[in-house]
Amino acid sequence: MNTVTVACFAILGAAGVACIVRLVRPGSSLADRIVALDSFLVVFVSALAVYTVRSGDDAFVNVTLVAALLGFLGTVTVARYIERRGA
Amino acid sequence: MSALDWVGGVLMIVGASLTLLGTIGLHRFPDVFARMHAATKPATLGTVLVLGGAAVAVADFSISALFVLVAALQFITAPVGAHMVGRAAYRAGTELSAQTAVDELAGSPADRRRRR
Repeated sequence: MNTVTVACFAILGAAGVACIVRLVRPGSSLADRIVALDSFLVVFVSALAVYTVRSGDDAFVNVTLVAALLGFLGTVTVARYIERRGA
Repeated sequence: MSALDWVGGVLMIVGASLTLLGTIGLHRFPDVFARMHAATKPATLGTVLVLGGAAVAVADFSISALFVLVAALQFITAPVGAHMVGRAAYRAGTELSAQTAVDELAGSPADRRRRR
């Protein structure tokens, strides 16, 4: 199980870096950035789940729920904002 | 490793790989709509697989129940969020890629609004 979780962390880490690069890259539109931020939170939730399996520690379990909810709320809020103001 | 560990481990590896493929799509596709397509579909399935695998592999029922809840939540909210961002981006006048074959919204009220 140890090997599996380490491999998952490596893959998810690469995915997180790809999201962050998209998020801060100059020339991205606001819609691009919010999609990248949403993807990053998705990667973050997955990484927390893998951490829970690795350690058996339940401290971060509730954080996955909160991060998933915040990701959705943030996406919807910025989408409303783009619709009014333009990308 | 028990059988449950094997199932959970395979699910987590497959899910993490799908998530990585989705984020690579964020860089490889030509316009906002194609990138959104790449980011939301594989990433959602990837998270659901990782959370499902974690729920199988972890020994505690209360943790598994919460992971299943988060997976269900992702499955419901991710398409809604992607739909809203796509609609907002189209109405705000985001350029479509030159490779776009069909724009089914051409001439619709949303399209007239973006050309105004």
